[in-house]
Amino acid sequence: MSDGAVLAVRDLSTVFPSEAGPVTTVDGVSFSLGAGETLAVVGESGSGKTMTFLSVLRLVPPPGRVTGGEVLLEGADIAALPASEMRWIRGAGIAMVFQDPLTALNPVFTIGDQMLEVIRAHTAMSPRQARALALEVLERVHIPAPAKRIDDYPHQLSGGMRQRVLIAMAIALRPKVLIADEPTTALDVTVQAQILELLAELRSELGMGMVLITHDLGLVARYADRVAVMYAGRVVETSPIAQGFGRSRHPYTRSLFRSIPRLDLPADQPLTVIAGQPPDLARLPAGCAFEPRCFLGNGREDCRSERPALLPTTSDRHLSACPHWRALIDAEAGA
Amino acid sequence: MKPPADARSGGGEPLLRVEGLSKTFHDRRLFSRAGGAGVRAVDSVSFSLAAGETLGVVGETGSGKSTLGRLVLRLVEPSAGRIRFNGEDITALSQRQLRRMRQQVQMIFQDPYGSLDPRMSVGAIVAEPMIVHGLWHGGRDDRVLEVMRQVGLQAEHRNRYPHEFSGGQRQRIGIARAMALQPKLLVLDEPVSALDVSIQAQIINLLRELQQQADLGFLFIAHDLAVVRHVSNRVAVMYLGEIVEIGPRDALYSSPMHPYTVSLLSAVPVPTVDRERGRDRVVLHGEIGSATNLPSGCRFHPRCYKARLKAENPDVETVESQGERLPAACVLHQPRPVDAGDGHVAICHFPERGGDRSEVAVRAVESSRGAG
Repeated sequence: MSDGAVLAVRDLSTVFPSEAGPVTTVDGVSFSLGAGETLAVVGESGSGKTMTFLSVLRLVPPPGRVTGGEVLLEGADIAALPASEMRWIRGAGIAMVFQDPLTALNPVFTIGDQMLEVIRAHTAMSPRQARALALEVLERVHIPAPAKRIDDYPHQLSGGMRQRVLIAMAIALRPKVLIADEPTTALDVTVQAQILELLAELRSELGMGMVLITHDLGLVARYADRVAVMYAGRVVETSPIAQGFGRSRHPYTRSLFRSIPRLDLPADQPLTVIAGQPPDLARLPAGCAFEPRCFLGNGREDCRSERPALLPTTSDRHLSACPHWRALIDAEAGA
Repeated sequence: MKPPADARSGGGEPLLRVEGLSKTFHDRRLFSRAGGAGVRAVDSVSFSLAAGETLGVVGETGSGKSTLGRLVLRLVEPSAGRIRFNGEDITALSQRQLRRMRQQVQMIFQDPYGSLDPRMSVGAIVAEPMIVHGLWHGGRDDRVLEVMRQVGLQAEHRNRYPHEFSGGQRQRIGIARAMALQPKLLVLDEPVSALDVSIQAQIINLLRELQQQADLGFLFIAHDLAVVRHVSNRVAVMYLGEIVEIGPRDALYSSPMHPYTVSLLSAVPVPTVDRERGRDRVVLHGEIGSATNLPSGCRFHPRCYKARLKAENPDVETVESQGERLPAACVLHQPRPVDAGDGHVAICHFPERGGDRSEVAVRAVESSRGAG
């Protein structure tokens, strides 16, 4: 599966010390990403979806620490690179766009200053060349009148325009992989559509692999080729969108789909509540982390005692960390 | 959240009636130019709300929906218009008189982190409104526990502090505080948008139960059209300070008249692959305008697809605007309300209805409902 992958991650783990003992925020995560492919990573706060990619980039905030795993960028392991080389990887190899475009930009420098800083830190370009490149990428993300906008300060731009600037900075060095972390959560729904269309366009033009971290299942349906669902620091299900979406093989994913109000379902259809609270990573149960909230587990002994592994289900591309996934299909057939 | 049939059609005064409500903010900073027109955050908004009913208010950043919620509570003073609560004009009440009203109108905020005092225990947070309103006559502990139980908190939670709770539990604490005074009306400003998806449904269902138990009126402000559809009896769509469309939920979602409502519906992603991939989106021109510098005529015309479709019709008189030809009506004149009956009203020169319904509108509705 990792053959020909632009990014392959194996068994990545990240641990934070805490008063209650070490907390594993990323727990043996593996995935791979092809060139030109979009992988959606879905999960709730604390599921480890952002921390996984901060770990990939070696940007885990202290006292957190990556404790193990391989990160292969075009086949070369970058997990052990010295810090100086890692700086080059970030930007030219893997770039990341964050949720809040206002805090990600420095308010006292112009857009151009900040773009030139990034470009010149990674290349041997002269200021003039770097500025030309900045203008080119601003144009590419459809910022109107880039020659005028490049000297604006962040507050002079709208939220959607700021996000475009960040995307321009991210693609300036032609990264192999673009990680977009909730890129539109802070934006209005009509602007959200514009930004995601832009990301999809850039992905195919530049042939990047793209990771879309999101909690919005609707965006997954539209923009992703594959999805990985995370819960309590682990990937609990992964499948191609075309075959797997809406035919989930994990009770957590199932519950997520039923708990959201949807325009395409009758308005009065009651929402299924996922019982209980999100997991406390410092006090995870010995067995499956979702068991206390699971409609399927229902006191099964193995769910409580054994941590389930992520294994193939109906196809070797559709993996689930629920050993009882067949019961979901039986329920489907009975319904 | 269905109201009894007579709650809306009955002849009595509704729980809340708002008429021509406006708020203009003036820039009073040191270096601002004097005599500016100000920001018309809310502009001549009118609606009513019955007991037991939920009116959803949707809109994007800058639409004025949050200011509207604060105006209803008079947390922000209106520049013009009237607010009637239970038939009584509360627009001109003094702060002292307002306190009595505020027992009956409570607010729930988006951010359960920022709206709870971190130094107060849960019991103290729930008791505080009763103390403030002089309803604490000792021995009200039972009331605190009753409200906590009502919102799904346990008795042993009362001595704990907000930081010990998850987001969903904190929102329950906020709801308990609002319910302590047995209000008649709740203004809910994005009550579930900061919560994880798995928790949203818990809070939505809780709110629904509370509403049914006490016949509460809800003014439910949110940006998420699917959430609003799920909880509302009627829905109002705001754009740059105005309600551009209002109507019964099913009418508004199945036959939206305003091009802005159509555009919003078209932009909401639906979590079904076959439908989502085949969807055509109405891609709006630009971003929401600014209330400091309102467009002439219809506020939505700089972004409107329908105005552009209409401009292609040789029978429609057009004018040049920002480098393109648009219908003169849209650019020059404020649109008047169009009434489709049953309280479904939109302000638009070329509403999406009858024979004038565009293919864009038909497809947007079909695909958002999964029929496409």
